[in-house]
Amino acid sequence: MTSNEPLFVRQFRFEGKDFANAGSVSTEVKAILRSLGLPAPLVRRASIVSYEAEMNVVIYASSCTATLLVDLRRIVLTFDDRGPGIPDIGLAMQVGYSTATQEIREMGFGAGMGLPNIQRNSDSLDVRSTVGHGTRLEAVILIPPEQAS
Amino acid sequence: MEAGKMTLDDVARRCSFEVLVGSELLSGRTVAQVFASDRMSDVLASAGAGALLVTGLVSPQSVVTAHIADAAGIVYVRGKRPGPDALDKARVLGVVLLATPLSTFDVCCLLGSVGLSGADAHRREKLT
Repeated sequence: MTSNEPLFVRQFRFEGKDFANAGSVSTEVKAILRSLGLPAPLVRRASIVSYEAEMNVVIYASSCTATLLVDLRRIVLTFDDRGPGIPDIGLAMQVGYSTATQEIREMGFGAGMGLPNIQRNSDSLDVRSTVGHGTRLEAVILIPPEQAS
Repeated sequence: MEAGKMTLDDVARRCSFEVLVGSELLSGRTVAQVFASDRMSDVLASAGAGALLVTGLVSPQSVVTAHIADAAGIVYVRGKRPGPDALDKARVLGVVLLATPLSTFDVCCLLGSVGLSGADAHRREKLT
């Protein structure tokens, strides 16, 4: 088997504004990564990336297709949403910048930490957005060679 | 056990916390540090694995955040009670929920007095 041949691929489709189920994709992502026997610190980082990305979709977008891919070298999380898009990605990456409503803030989110948290826990991050259409986020978490089993 | 760490069972008993969910999990969980915030992204950004979360946020998101962040458990302050959705989620995900009538500040002082440290204890030591 080559190192970039997928060991596991799973796709999730979910809706925005569905606050009752917010986090259900990421708890499933975490369970899958644990079941694959990946080390706890890596699972934690990938789960945080997934949860922040999922909450961004729930808060701002209308629907999303998320993909979890794992191979021998990396965990790849992709969130492809239909929504308003991000006019200025550089601004959105700044700690503390947020356009969230008071209602969202009362849920404990919308403090402008989402994308910075995703970046901190990823080895590489690519965010592309078209205003009025949607946003595609791809985060990669590398698996150290000695931990790939 | 490493200095500054203790089981959740010990912490709950010494601080007289009420156990809302997870009494069977208490003895197997070690508290590595304490982190207090009502902002879940702050928890995800700054709390380490094994942190005991102190919060007044009782939404289901507090439970999911604790699960995602590998927290030891949650202490809800000021007599706040999570609703049935949050309680159910905690049972399913195995998140320990504790409660106290004390304020956030007083809970943190109490947890410090029994020997626990905050996530930023290393920074505090440089300031004092």
